Formats: sequence, structure tokens, C-alpha cells
Amino acid sequence: MAHLLRRATFGPTADEVDAAERAGPAATLDRLLTPPATDRGAAATPVPALPPDPYAGLTKDSTREQRQQANAERRKQLQQVTEWWLDRMVAAQDGLTEKLLFFWHGHWATSAQKVKSARLMVGQLETLRRHGRGPLGPLVAAMVRDPALIVWLDGQKNTRKAPNENLARELMELFTLGIGAYSEADVKAGARALTGWVVDRRTGTVRFETKRHDPGEKSILGQSARFDAEAYAGLLAAQPAAATFVAGRLWFRYASTETPAPDGLAGADTIATVRALFSAPAFAQTRGTLVKQPVEWLVGALRQLGVRPSALPEQQRKQLLAGLNALDQVPLRPPSVGGWPAGSAWLTTSSLQARLRTAGVLAAATAPGVLARLTAAPTAGRPDALARLLVVDGWGARTRAALTPLAGEPRKLLAAGLVSPEYTVS
Amino acid sequence: MDTVTRRRFLLTSGVVGAGALAAGAGAYSLRDLLDTSGDRDPQSRTLVLVTLYGGNDGLNTVIPYGDPAYRAARPELAYPDGEVRRLDDDFGLNPALAGLHQRWSGGGLAIVRGVGYPKPDRSHFRSMDIWHTAQPDRPGNTGWLGRWLDRAGGDPRLAVSFEPALPPLLAGAQSAGAAVPVTDRKAAKGLPAATLTAFAAAEAGESAARGRAAACFADLRSVDEMIRQVRDSADPDTADPDGEQAPATATGGARTPLDAQLDLVAQCVEAGVSTRVFSVSLGGFDTHADEKQLQAVLLGQLDRALTGFADRMSRTEAGRKVVVAVYSEFGRRVRANASDGTDHGTASDVLLLGAGVRGGWHGAPPSLTDLDDGDLKYTTDFRDVYATLLDRVLDTDPGPVLADWRGRVDKLF
Repeated sequence: MAHLLRRATFGPTADEVDAAERAGPAATLDRLLTPPATDRGAAATPVPALPPDPYAGLTKDSTREQRQQANAERRKQLQQVTEWWLDRMVAAQDGLTEKLLFFWHGHWATSAQKVKSARLMVGQLETLRRHGRGPLGPLVAAMVRDPALIVWLDGQKNTRKAPNENLARELMELFTLGIGAYSEADVKAGARALTGWVVDRRTGTVRFETKRHDPGEKSILGQSARFDAEAYAGLLAAQPAAATFVAGRLWFRYASTETPAPDGLAGADTIATVRALFSAPAFAQTRGTLVKQPVEWLVGALRQLGVRPSALPEQQRKQLLAGLNALDQVPLRPPSVGGWPAGSAWLTTSSLQARLRTAGVLAAATAPGVLARLTAAPTAGRPDALARLLVVDGWGARTRAALTPLAGEPRKLLAAGLVSPEYTVS
Repeated sequence: MDTVTRRRFLLTSGVVGAGALAAGAGAYSLRDLLDTSGDRDPQSRTLVLVTLYGGNDGLNTVIPYGDPAYRAARPELAYPDGEVRRLDDDFGLNPALAGLHQRWSGGGLAIVRGVGYPKPDRSHFRSMDIWHTAQPDRPGNTGWLGRWLDRAGGDPRLAVSFEPALPPLLAGAQSAGAAVPVTDRKAAKGLPAATLTAFAAAEAGESAARGRAAACFADLRSVDEMIRQVRDSADPDTADPDGEQAPATATGGARTPLDAQLDLVAQCVEAGVSTRVFSVSLGGFDTHADEKQLQAVLLGQLDRALTGFADRMSRTEAGRKVVVAVYSEFGRRVRANASDGTDHGTASDVLLLGAGVRGGWHGAPPSLTDLDDGDLKYTTDFRDVYATLLDRVLDTDPGPVLADWRGRVDKLF
């Protein structure tokens, strides 16, 4: 049960595991997959209201100072949104939906570094949230008209006169079909189908310009029609390869980066696929093999240690974000359109140093009530109390030997638990 | 074949290497590792591999300005004759490459032309996999320098990357190179050394990933000892995640500036560490739109970092044993798109400088008119370059590393 909760959410607390044990596996899975009628945690962390894009007010005649000010304002907004999102991940009761949103963010990997607008990034998250649990068709159709994605992959530069292939290629390679399921000719024709959409930075919306669109007949994946963006998205989402590909990506992030996904996971919508994934016999066998992504590691630890980032002093908030930066996974800033790496790419000497530092910050910020649970145990029993607190199934001899000498220093014990192989690899 | 190979590759490569590393961890004590530090043949050479992520536009790097087809294919994007830094009557360097141009005049820059591989793949990820693995038919899960490392004994300090995540090219079957952070200077503060040592032990029956997590503690101790001795004490913490300098679709590459990475390489080389291969990178070359200015900014960074490094290396005995090689996963389409950018292409140039490198042209320039579906046809197989580097820089028989590849770039050294 702990395995299911560890994978389905960002990091269950001991109390959540206890409740799941009492409810039983079937009821627990149902409850995970059904969003609660009200989510107090989400309600307490509303999406920040953002003023208009500071860049929208600039003109050709704006001074250097005005530009710099707009830049600084933009950066501040992005920082605010990043901090909000982390706080939401920690606070939300519906942990499955929040983690699924992070999955989709890494899947349609769009970075604020190029989009440069907090509003567009938030808009994309809302689109992913709206369609993320449902069937692929509406999701893909909404994403090909998502302003942030269009800016990110040069969609606004894609015109009838000279198509820009960037969005069409990544749409098929990374977002829907996977490499090998389409040809170079499909990329070229797909780019023509996507022509005509431009982003209005002032309003943060997209609009269709008929003059830029190529209305001609295109042949894509063996079908000929006057494809436009919506029809092209529909064609892609309807390919059996798309459902299989996305199911494989879910498996890759939720179950195993090593064992291939079993056949037949793909369901009518994403929630059905996720249900099949967690119910698959092969899923149970992946325990102890999946390296936590840095965001998963950090958010899970914050939840288990009773720390809300928004309640921390600014200095510590900065340290946590600096930790994610050093670990090379900052939300809203995937390194490339291919998303973040996985598995042991996160297990390097460099990342270990960052994890050690961040674990120290986390241990120092741990809520007194949580620390008391650890110190309530007799010294000899503290490694086991730590395992319960961090929802680790148990320590091996190696880790127990590393932890035992620290039992008298609870904050160090916590930090050591957070960097242990058992905790880092779930 | 596999979906999204790069990510799968990153993963499997590390896991495979880790399993083996963890299995042998008992025989691999920290003391043994530390004792080998500095234990290097002073005659041995060092390879610094510079990866330009995103697909650098080769035709606007080494510019065929004398060919009318160049200007015809990309009228807005082409550099006028007067702006290129002339190499000869037909070719010139991008105006941003002032330092490399000077080096060329002194015979210190080699350009291998039209480097690519059969049946080019225009996916960044697949193409980068191919360059990392040197297996164009079916990229496997070991990198070419990782396979070299396997044969060189597997000590992670022999192959070091200054990137936060391990680049696939350094992942071997039994071992993996070390990823060392540039800005992280404080070692594991907070937890006692004994704790870190205890975590480094292997645990019977544990998953490969957990074995790798434990092995990191062992690597941390050995690499950290080595780097600490050479690290500049006044390195400011410049970790600004916004670093607005790369507005193109970043397609991988380290976020730490290239010059900072090369600075650390220089310090290591001067300190005589045992490392034989350094991997550094610069990202942001995915210039689908508004390419000219953007590429010039990036090439300017590259130029300053490379020439600063080369100048510094020329001043010490150890530095004069260093060879630098610069490549990208593909060039870009000959013809510009309407966004004043170029889409993914194929063959491009590899630049080399340093110890014993014979400056000037190597290989034949690809034709701008005899194209393969709008793209250049490669004239030199990239494995020729790798084999030559293995042979002449790393003193290794390339056969076992490159599946018995026979080709070489003649007279490169």
C-alpha cells in the first residue's frame, strides 16, 4: 500500500499510509483516482492573480530602463508562480492530480526561459489540469493552441510561405507518437497544418490568421485532407500509437524506467490508464527501483516533515529553490523540450552534494511536532521511527549502520534519512 | 525502436554501469581511489570534449562564402563577404569567432569538414544519442568514452563532466564517469564523514538504482578530494536559474557557463589530476527562428571560452598535452526557413585545437547543391574522428570501443 501511495502521490505521510491500510487496496485506489469534492489544501493555495505581462506595455520607443524594469517584474512573477506551485504540491489533498500535473508539465516540457511570461506558463498549467485526467483528443487539441507551447516551439513563426517544423516535429516525436512512428514527410506536412496561429502577448491568447494558414491538402500518416491544427491534433490523438506511447511515458515516470510497460495499459482516458498501471502485477514488482525526481524528493520530504514552503522565512525558501536548481530540476524550467532526465542520471556526485545541502535545510525547518514523534522513540528505536516518518519500508544493514550513530541527534538523523539510498530510490 | 531514447538511455546507461560499480564496491576502497590521484604519466594527453547542444548551424560557423549557393539558399541569414573572417578564398569563420580566427592564422585550429553519419536522424535526441554512443544503427546504452573508461580501469575520476547530470557519453557498461558541480564548493557539510563512508557500502540484493545511489557516496569522497585541492576559492555562487542568455529552445547542455567549466578543467589540468577526459557543454543552439543574432551570441561565448582556455593551456607543460574537440549533434538545413532560422539538418564541422593538432582543413567540404533531401551529405564519418582521438589522445586501440571501426582522419596529428 505504501508503494502505491509513494508512486501515485508526491510523498505520503505515515498517517495517510495508516488510513490506506485500514481502507484496503481497492478502496484506496478508488479514493486516489476520485478527486475529493472539496480540497482544502488546494483551496488554501489559489493560483496567484497576475497583473498583465509587463512586456505588453513596452513599445519600440520604450527606454532601456523601462525594459529592464519589465524584465525584473517578469522575473519576479515567474518566481512567485514557481513558489506558488511548490506550495500547492505540498498543500493539496488530491496528491494524485497534483503529481499528474507535474507529469504532464514534464511531458509537454515548456520552459519559462523562452516563454518569459508567468501568465502564459500558468495558462498552460491550467490547460493541462483541465484536460490532464481525460482522453487524449481534447488535451492535444488544446495544446496545439496553447500560447506558451506555441511561443516555446516557434509556432508563431510557422507560416504558409515557409513552415517552421519545430512544433510539428516535437508534437509527434515527444508528445504523441514517439520516434519512428512518423516520417520526415509527415513532419513537413504537419508543420503546414499548424500554420496560422499567432500569440498575442498583450492578452496572452492565441488567434488564427487565415492569411498565414496553409489551407491546402496535406498527406499525414497516410491520410490526405485539408488538415488544420485541430484536425491534425485529432488525427494524432486517434492513432493507437499515441495511446500506447503516452501509457509508456506514464509507466516510465510512475513505475519503472527500466522494465518496459506491460501491454494493454492504455485506457479511454488518462485516469483509466493510470488505474491500469497501478493495478498491473508488474507494477508491484517495481518497488525500490525508481529514482525520485528532485521535485518529487523535495515535495515528498516537505509533506512528511510538516513544512509548508510558504510558511518559511524567505532565506529558507530561497535555499530550497537553490537546492532544486543545483539538482537541475526547477518547475517551469525543463532543460529542453525532451523534458527532464530520469533514473540514475539524477544519481551523480554533483546531485548528491546538492541533496546533502538541501536535506540539511529540510531537517532544520522540520516542524517541532514532527520532530517530537522521532524523539518520542527510545534512541535505539529511532531509525525505525524515522523509517515510519519517511514512509520507507525499512533500512538495509548498510543504511542502518549509517543511521544508528546519529540516533542521538534527531535533525542529523532526519537529514541522513533523506539522502539514504532507500529514500532516494523509491 | 525505443521511445524518447535520450531519456531512456540516460537512465539505462547509468543503471547498468551502477550495478557493476556497486557490485565491485567492496574492492574499491576510498583510500585506493585517493592514492591514485596525481598518479599519472606526465606524457599522457588529456581530451576536452565540448558538446554544443541543440544543433549548431555549421554553415554559419565555417561559412562557405565563396559559394553562390550559400547566399542563394539563405539570403537573409547569409553573412556578406565583407563580414566573414576569411580563412581562404572560399571559406570564412563567423564574425563572432575572432579568437579562433587568430588561432587559425597561427596554424592552431583544425577543421574537419562535413562530419556526420549514415542515414541522418533529425531528432535532437536520437542524433545526440548517436553521437554519444557512436552507434548510428541502433544507439545502445553505453557512451563511447564510457566504453573507453571500462577498459581504462573504471575509476570515475578518469572521465569527469562539469554538468549536473551525467552525459550519456561517459556511461560505460561497468563504470561511469563523475559529474562534478562547478558552483558547489562546500563538501558534505552537516553530516559526519563517517556517515558518508557508511552510506558508500554496497548492500546485497538491493536494486541497481539503490546501488548507484550508494556508489555516489564513494565517488563523492574521491572526486571531492581531488577537486578540492584545485578549486578557486573566489568562485561566486552565480546560480541564477533565469540566466536569460539562451532564448532558443534550449536542447540540453549545462547551465553553467562554458568558461566556468573550462576554468575548472584548466585548474585540474594544472594540478596534475588523473583525469584523462573532461566533458563540457554549451546549450541553446536550436535556432529555428531569428538565428543570426542568437547564434552569434553563443559563438561569441564559445570563442572567448575556447581561446581563453587554449591560451592558458599553452603556458604550462601539462596544459600543452591537452586536445580540445568541439562538435554538435547535427548542423542545420542549408535553406533558411521563413522565421530567419533553420530547421534540423545533418553533417557539420568538428573543430579541434591543442596538443599536436595539425591546423588547417581536414576532409572534403560537402556540396551545397548535391543535397540529400535539402541537407548536406556527410563526407567524414564521425567515428573516424573518435577513432583518431582514442588512438592519438587517449593511447587506446579504438577497435574494442568502436566496434572495430577502421577509419581515421589522416594527418590530424
